[in-house]
Amino acid sequence: MSDNRHDDEILGKAYDAKLMKRLLTYVKPYKKYVFFAILLNIFVAALGPLRPFLTKVAIDNYIVNADYNGLLLISLILFASLMLQAAIQYFLTFYTQYLGQKTLYDLRVQIFSHVQKLALRFFDKTPIGRIVTRTTNDVESLGELFSSGIVMVFSDVFIIIWILAFMFFMDVNLSLVTLSVLPILIYGTFLFRKKVRETYRDVRFHLARLNSYMQEHVTGMNVVQIFRKEKDEFNKFSSINADHRDANIRSIFYYAIFYPSVELISSAAIALIIWYGGGEIIQQQMTIGVLFAFIQYTEMFFRPIRDLSEKYNILQTSMASSERIFKLLDNKTFVQNPENPIELKNVKGDISFKDVWFAYEDENYVLKNISFDIKAGESVAIVGHTGAGKSTIINLLTRFYDIQKGQILLDGKDIRLLDKRELRKHISIVLQDVYLFSGTIKSNITMDNPEISFEKVVQAAKLVGADKFIENLPNKYNEEVKERGATLSVGQKQLISFARALAYDPKILILDEATSSVDTDTEKLIQQAIENLLKGRTAVVIAHRLSTIQNADKIIVLHKGELKEMGTHQQLLAKRGIYYKLYQLQYKDQELVSSK
Amino acid sequence: MKNLRTLKKYFLRYKKKLFLGFIFILLSNAGTVYVPILMKDAINQLQSNTTTHTLLFYSSLIVLSSLFAGIFRFLIRQTIIVVSREIEFDLRNDFWSHIQKLPLRYFQNNSTGNIMSHATNDINAVRNFIGPAVMYSIDTGVRLLIVVAIMISLDWSLTLAALFPLPLLSYGVYRIMKLIHEKYTKIQEAFSVLTTVAQENFSGIRVIKSYVREANEIQKWKDLSKDYLNKNMNLVRIQAWIMPILLIITGISIIIVIWIGGMKVISGTLSLGEITAFIVYLGILIWPVIAFGWVTNIVQQAEASMKRLNKIFDEPYEIDDSEQTDFSITEIKGEIEFRNVSFRYSDVLPNVLSKINLKIPVGSTLAIIGHTGSGKTSLINLIPRLYDATEGEVLIDGVDVRKIPLDVLRKNIGLVPQESFLFSDTITNNIGYGLREIKKEKIVEVAKIAQFDKDVETFPNGYETIVGERGITFSGGQKQRACLARALAIEPKILILDDSFSAVDTNTEEEILKNLKQYMKNRTSIIISHRISTVKDADNIIVLHEGRIAEQGTHDELVALGGLYADLHFKQLLEKELEELN
Ligand SMILES: Nc1ncnc2c1ncn2[C@@H]1O[C@H](COP(=O)(O)OP(=O)(O)O)[C@@H](O)[C@H]1O
Ligand SMILES: Nc1ncnc2c1ncn2[C@@H]1O[C@H](COP(=O)(O)OP(=O)(O)O)[C@@H](O)[C@H]1O
Ligand SMILES: [Mg+2]
Ligand SMILES: [Mg+2]
Repeated sequence: MSDNRHDDEILGKAYDAKLMKRLLTYVKPYKKYVFFAILLNIFVAALGPLRPFLTKVAIDNYIVNADYNGLLLISLILFASLMLQAAIQYFLTFYTQYLGQKTLYDLRVQIFSHVQKLALRFFDKTPIGRIVTRTTNDVESLGELFSSGIVMVFSDVFIIIWILAFMFFMDVNLSLVTLSVLPILIYGTFLFRKKVRETYRDVRFHLARLNSYMQEHVTGMNVVQIFRKEKDEFNKFSSINADHRDANIRSIFYYAIFYPSVELISSAAIALIIWYGGGEIIQQQMTIGVLFAFIQYTEMFFRPIRDLSEKYNILQTSMASSERIFKLLDNKTFVQNPENPIELKNVKGDISFKDVWFAYEDENYVLKNISFDIKAGESVAIVGHTGAGKSTIINLLTRFYDIQKGQILLDGKDIRLLDKRELRKHISIVLQDVYLFSGTIKSNITMDNPEISFEKVVQAAKLVGADKFIENLPNKYNEEVKERGATLSVGQKQLISFARALAYDPKILILDEATSSVDTDTEKLIQQAIENLLKGRTAVVIAHRLSTIQNADKIIVLHKGELKEMGTHQQLLAKRGIYYKLYQLQYKDQELVSSK
Repeated sequence: MKNLRTLKKYFLRYKKKLFLGFIFILLSNAGTVYVPILMKDAINQLQSNTTTHTLLFYSSLIVLSSLFAGIFRFLIRQTIIVVSREIEFDLRNDFWSHIQKLPLRYFQNNSTGNIMSHATNDINAVRNFIGPAVMYSIDTGVRLLIVVAIMISLDWSLTLAALFPLPLLSYGVYRIMKLIHEKYTKIQEAFSVLTTVAQENFSGIRVIKSYVREANEIQKWKDLSKDYLNKNMNLVRIQAWIMPILLIITGISIIIVIWIGGMKVISGTLSLGEITAFIVYLGILIWPVIAFGWVTNIVQQAEASMKRLNKIFDEPYEIDDSEQTDFSITEIKGEIEFRNVSFRYSDVLPNVLSKINLKIPVGSTLAIIGHTGSGKTSLINLIPRLYDATEGEVLIDGVDVRKIPLDVLRKNIGLVPQESFLFSDTITNNIGYGLREIKKEKIVEVAKIAQFDKDVETFPNGYETIVGERGITFSGGQKQRACLARALAIEPKILILDDSFSAVDTNTEEEILKNLKQYMKNRTSIIISHRISTVKDADNIIVLHEGRIAEQGTHDELVALGGLYADLHFKQLLEKELEELN
């Protein structure tokens, strides 16, 4: 919530032609439909204003002339026009809402797909909450603009035009007299809009203050309580709360003036109609039915103008949201895929790093001049202190980040020339923090890939030893997995992630401290799993089980981003260098445990 | 309506203003309903030869009575709606003052977002009830009565004919609103699914990219979005009825007036002016009738929100002064004793501390070391009563902490929590947070002790630099040192550091410890740490393991013991050697 406070404080200009133009491109695919909706609007807009005119006819032609049948007929026509208008209105509302929702759907899918393409670098820097807000809430707040805003503006304009047409058709002079109040109304609305906008900003500002105060102090409530600052903090809160209240009360003032004023102006218009129109009637220049119709028109005419200020608010929130959305869509932090990627066939799994330099930021090199070769089928261990750059090596191999200098090769081909999706398909990674999605055990192993059959899932689970606990679950492989796998133990989650890695049958398997957060009992279970996993694959294992490291074909020792030592367990121990120290530090306990 | 009864005391607080508002409603309605009567008379005059003079007279009266109504309409908003904002203010203040007193437990069990949503959405829903709902229901009720009375006095049979669709309208609006509410709940559910899926996807993006599942995820998103779209359209299908129903029912009323009324005019039992009045009155009645349906819904929502708020208001304070409290205690020396203390977070959870016995003399330093989850934080949280012990007692100067006034207890304890938290305010205000009066010298003094003053000098506005989102972002170590300075500023008798040097480098840490030794000379200190270097000079060191004191003694004693502590000591030595390698 707090993470997007900055962006969310963008109140936005009321109207920004550039943003609007870009927003309208989303309506473009539905151009024809929008056009049709507008046409229909022109027609339906006439039906409302038609009825006061029909009333006039009823009075002047039938009531005055005592024509019962005529009166019945016109009543029926009135009724018919009413039903027609209602029917079209229903259809139109439905139709425009549908267009609006479709547009939102398109936008939502576009943002989501865009985010899927963004590089990890983007996710490093952007709080998840903010991205979520963009794809959900911000899109939502464009809803009113798309669904009713665009079409409604047309409908209001057409209603006004039709009313004017009927009025002038019936009596030009009376129309002019009636409309003489219009400048006051328009000026008043304009003034109101301006004032309300100021107070609206004010209210928003104080609301944001209130919210961020609460957010902050709920988070830091223990500090407040430890220092016994409850009274002082309450006074502060109360004063912000009071500012918020006062801003609201100020805005009530403008509403309190505006709405009665509109009613007053509308009464003034009616008074004018009675005075001037009545005069004409006395002089027999006008019929009483016209007077009647005009009184009704006044009411109809004022509504769209009065509602302008509301439309204005819709526009304002839409502008702010769209600005934030477009900012995200304009973010182009991608890992570029080559235009004509080299085809990957029969991957063997040879990996080599050649003079690789890499920095996450600027010139702070996290890896310096790293070179090593891993032959297909070999298993290699990377060890080093935390922050040495072990995980970074993996991030580079899978092309989550691109290197600054040097080359990384798979089967002798520079990975930058490969399709990164193809590349990743041949590599499976098991991380220390297992990430499970809500779904079922099965969907977490297959990652919803229909190419992975159920047999394969079971086989993978058996091989890593996960089947025992899965078979004990009430729904077995279809057991529900909650968000982040909340109902499973750490060890169980880890086993599922092993099964996942295996089900994809990768050429290259990477384990990044895959067992460090697991208790010793599960660790024993997993050890078997790991041995099964590594068979027949190129494996890169980062500092975990001692046995795996001891049995590795090669051990790479990283220290502060540099490759310091490389060799087999025995060779490195004999060297009495960094590995020797690390070994004592990290693996002595395990050795004790396993030797017992 | 049971829950909304809580609001009674607030309403009573503003009863004068509310009463005035009620009077204003009566007056403004008098003006409003007079206008159609004037129109009727004017039109009737037209048919029996009149002068423009009379017409002008009527016109002026119309404007005047409309002005009269308008003035009171203005005053209605200025009383009733303003009161609703005032009650909102009171309610939110009460909410906050209550929330502040809730124990740490509450904040650990409820997410910030959740609490925020009560403070904003729920209070807002209640305000909507207090303001608009109350105003409209009184206003429209009054208007309905007056207008119907007048219409009946004009022509009762026409009134009956014209009004018979209106109850239908009111009922229709009520039903539709109810349906809308149902559909809307479904939409909200679908929306929260969307949000969760987005959240999960973005958090697990690494896994998705690794297994190249982007296309699949996009497809899933499309399906969910489509489902959301459909749910929205289900709502639209119902919502779209509102306008047509309004149109039809009000339109039919008017047509009935024209048709039946027209026949009456022809037969001479009704005047054209009266028809005008009827049509205008119908216009006036539409809104009240719609409002009835609308208000019912607001009331229902407010009721649900108030229920949630009441639940919070009913949360017990747990930790507070009580009858046991001995208010004669005004200061403490700083001797701490744990006597057979056991603690668990709730009755269904296992003990996290078991039978702890420990004595910390005044002026001494105790160090606590142990794995994450061994209970270090839980142990020290018992001293300032962030939690109360489940069994046994924690004593300060020989008195159970539960008997010491909370003010005295906490004002004498400087606790630096494990998670550094600073307010977005100036550095001075953050460091001086616990002080009644902020003196610059004091701030600088404690900043120096915490080795923080050199950092501050590099900031653009020195001690007046603002911290946090709106200002500069501190590194973890800077945050920890600022929090330490804040705790030192209150000159605590007992200083507790919960792993407060984890992000501070060892050299700086050594300096700080040296400074602390001086500053804390006659006071009691407790230091939790993972580093041997931090704890080795403490007077007494305890090693916590699974909620029990596993080892106890001085550094040398513990190393000699060859247990957990000695092992850690050995490892950290090696690590240091590695660190120094290049
Ligand atoms: N996403 C990132 N952005 C910036 N710096 C990073 C990122 N990930 C790691 N680092 C930094 O790179 C260095 C190497 O980290 P890492 O490869 O994760 O080490 P290891 O896995 O050996 O513990 C560390 O100093 C770490 O702080
Ligand atoms: N608010 C809480 N509710 C329930 N259990 C908790 C809570 N806080 C901590 N625990 C549990 O209590 C145990 C001790 O935690 P803690 O005192 O924070 O340990 P330490 O500070 O030594 O890391 C842990 O098992 C932890 O999961
Ligand atoms: Mg790592
Ligand atoms: Mg802790």
